[in-house]
Amino acid sequence: MIAALLLHLAVGLGILLGAPALRRWSTPLAMLPPLATLGFAASITPDVLDGEPWTTSLSWVPGLDLSIDLFVDGLGLLMIFVVSGIGLAIAAYSGSYFAPSATSARTAGLLVLFAGAMLGLVTAEHVVVLYVSWELTSILSWLLIGQRHTDPAARAAATQALVITGAGGLAMLGGLVVLAREAGTWSLVELLADPPGGVAAGTGLALVVLGIVTKSAQYPFHAWLPGAMVAPTPVSAYLHSATMVKAGIYLALRFAPAFAHLDAWQPAVLAIGLVTMVGGGLRAVRQDDLKLLLAMGTVSQLGFLFVLTGVGFEDATIAGVALLVAHALFKATLFLVVGIVDHQAHTRSRTELASLRLGEGWAAVRVCAVATAASMAGIPLLAGFIAKEEAYDAFLHHGGAVGTVGIVGIVAGSVLTMAYSLRFAAVFWRQAPHDATRVQAPNAAFAAPVYVLTALTVAVGLVPAAVVGELVDAAAGGLLGVDVGSKLALWHGVNSALVLSVLTLLAGALLWRFEEPFVRATARVAPPIDGQRGFQLVLDGLFALARGTTTRIQTGSLPRYIAVVLLVVVGGPALVAVSTLALPDLPDPTDAPIPLVLAVFILGAALTTAVVPRRLGAVVVLGAVGYGMAGLFVVQGAPDLALTQFAIETLTIVAFVLVLRQLPARFGPAERRAGRARRLALAGAVGAGVFVLVLAVSGEKPSSPAADLAVEQAEPEAGGRNIVNVVLVDFRGLDTLGEISVLLVAAVGVTTLARVGRRPPRTGVPPLPERDPLDPAAGSAPAAEVAR
Amino acid sequence: MKRSVVVDVTARLILPSALVFAVHLLLVGHDRPGGGFVGGLVAGAAVALVYVAGGIDDVRQLVPLRPWTILGSGLLLSAGVATGPLLLGDAVLDGWKLAVDLGPLGSTKLTSALVFDIGVALVVIGLVFMVFEAFGDEEAPTYRGEVPGPGPDLTDAGASEDRR
Repeated sequence: MIAALLLHLAVGLGILLGAPALRRWSTPLAMLPPLATLGFAASITPDVLDGEPWTTSLSWVPGLDLSIDLFVDGLGLLMIFVVSGIGLAIAAYSGSYFAPSATSARTAGLLVLFAGAMLGLVTAEHVVVLYVSWELTSILSWLLIGQRHTDPAARAAATQALVITGAGGLAMLGGLVVLAREAGTWSLVELLADPPGGVAAGTGLALVVLGIVTKSAQYPFHAWLPGAMVAPTPVSAYLHSATMVKAGIYLALRFAPAFAHLDAWQPAVLAIGLVTMVGGGLRAVRQDDLKLLLAMGTVSQLGFLFVLTGVGFEDATIAGVALLVAHALFKATLFLVVGIVDHQAHTRSRTELASLRLGEGWAAVRVCAVATAASMAGIPLLAGFIAKEEAYDAFLHHGGAVGTVGIVGIVAGSVLTMAYSLRFAAVFWRQAPHDATRVQAPNAAFAAPVYVLTALTVAVGLVPAAVVGELVDAAAGGLLGVDVGSKLALWHGVNSALVLSVLTLLAGALLWRFEEPFVRATARVAPPIDGQRGFQLVLDGLFALARGTTTRIQTGSLPRYIAVVLLVVVGGPALVAVSTLALPDLPDPTDAPIPLVLAVFILGAALTTAVVPRRLGAVVVLGAVGYGMAGLFVVQGAPDLALTQFAIETLTIVAFVLVLRQLPARFGPAERRAGRARRLALAGAVGAGVFVLVLAVSGEKPSSPAADLAVEQAEPEAGGRNIVNVVLVDFRGLDTLGEISVLLVAAVGVTTLARVGRRPPRTGVPPLPERDPLDPAAGSAPAAEVAR
Repeated sequence: MKRSVVVDVTARLILPSALVFAVHLLLVGHDRPGGGFVGGLVAGAAVALVYVAGGIDDVRQLVPLRPWTILGSGLLLSAGVATGPLLLGDAVLDGWKLAVDLGPLGSTKLTSALVFDIGVALVVIGLVFMVFEAFGDEEAPTYRGEVPGPGPDLTDAGASEDRR
């Protein structure tokens, strides 16, 4: 498995780097990793189905207890088949969809990398590996959605997806860390086998759920998904059928059995999932763009999946796993069909397609489109029906409030699903008259993935037990820790679920028949705020807050900044020291003549600094203060400090001189007079405060345990006799590392500040358009349309 | 720019010895007064001397590397010494020691602490170079304030004007 992941990495990077040269070869190359992964998955299938998960471990950073632990149980195996199987179809399809070019090769490379991240996610056993893979999918999806990076709409959509899923990912990181600490293990399996309880674990769990719902585009975080439709169709097909959004569903499946017993869990899952399912369905039935219709349909189906996989009882989990497979199959196919239509007819609009004739050579594609849409609607003999039937049955038999609310919500959502599936399918079974403009048919290779995936949909629908039965049972059984008997079947006899199914289909068909008045009615009661607007409001609010804070804190007046810093010094440590520590008696100055002389020198220099009229003079005298201090250090027996002080003082003067070149030679009259009283008061306060502070601190304990330890251990432990240095580079080495990092940041900041405005404007680079990438006006067209 | 012979020659005389002193401080730092920070500062002071004598061009000729390269590699070196042991399963900053035989010169020891300290010194030196790069170039440091001042001139040229 690790080899498979590395293969994805190597091939993906290889295609990216060699993109201009590879061109046509990128397609076969991109098909290699999914093929290899499928081969591996097939080889471990017998063992996994027997209930023996496949595991491996690779030491990564042993010092931090980090290792790459992978495991493949039933669910993992199923996810591998879904991710790599659909991935293979997408890779083949991309070869025909894109004209061979550097851009298409780039897409192919990114898709391979994305598939690798997704495989890492579904096989991760170590929590950190899980999180890293999770974030990798977010970042790669950002690159994929923003593939047409010259288009502002694509950039805005990509940014939105990254902001939402990235924020969710950060929340999840926090949650996972809390859960892992509470459980005392980094192993996902151990964590879920013995889930921690308590307030902290509950908070961590809520954060993880936040990550799950953002990634799987649940209300109110769904807005990024329709926006992401600006991506090329193969990308949308992969991200929104088998991978990106399924990552959230996958984790819901993993976490639900362990935490479903919590009071808040089931109501929360039902509320989020059902609102998403119905809300997405309502949006889907009024779309004209076929791709957007599928996007909103995906949101709806994800709500359905979240309910089934999250609710956490046995039958629902089985139905959820079955729907996961069915959804991957039909949604990928439908996206691919839309891609073919878009490619050949250059439109995805229902109304425009109505006046075009999909004539000779289109028959097979049309049949596939209608059949797959029927699977989405849940019509018998197809995969979607099996899954939905199972779901109805699960909630009907569960009973109680959960069962009632669940079944009502699911039926309502499924009626809408039937309606929008018909709306989609109608494009393909209705035909424009013979004299309409004909659209050229796709070639066989282009349509082949559609045929294969449709055949699978039909196969699952006809003989579910033979095709996916064992795999679904192993997945669900492994999650629940029980042996689930094979439940998937086409015919369960005439039962209440079947009756409900028929009613659902009839209601959906009726809804579609009268969709015009229905759409008008629902459009009128559309909520005043939706996901897209909410996202925009949050973002605008954040920017406004940042701007407000910055303008208030960053006034741009250097004297003011310095005054604030000094006031804090006086008001903070000095006051505390005076109030809590005992002040020792002042030493007799006549005991030590040399320090006395130095002190007088320093005082004189300091006073001179305050009164000299020239800036350069002031700097030099200030330097004298520093040298005097260094002299004091020498006398007190601290050559280290003295040496440092001398060097610092020298460099400070040089630095001052450099800056002074940009200022007038003398302090201006305004600078001399304005606020003199205030500055005097501040300077006096700082002087007195620091004096008292130093006195109080030096009068406290002569030594501390830490200091004694450092003195004792310096030679035997660190092999050094200079204790200061040993502390710096060994005992507290990590602090020093932090300090030099700060130094680096400061250096970069100073240089940047100094250079700003001094460089002539660069020529030859056209100025960027004056447009905020997150500006609503620049927002993506599809997203804006959905927002209506 | 105008060069002063006295400053020029002094700088040339002092520079090598200052640099040797800096290296000395760096090497003995673990046992006697010194260390990476001081070593870097002394070397930085030597660089300042070169700047005073010959301006930014001389400073740039001193080392073929750009300041940010020095700064970055210093941090990389220290961070590498600190985190390297993690990859081998040891604690952060876990130390090691190598005895180096220098033949007739005797022997010395090379410790991880020294490498760490070299990184610190490089960061400090890089910082000094950065400051010169930021403020030290000759182009147009003209003052744009309410006082039309004498500008970059550090000599007493503005004195007569100020005597109102």
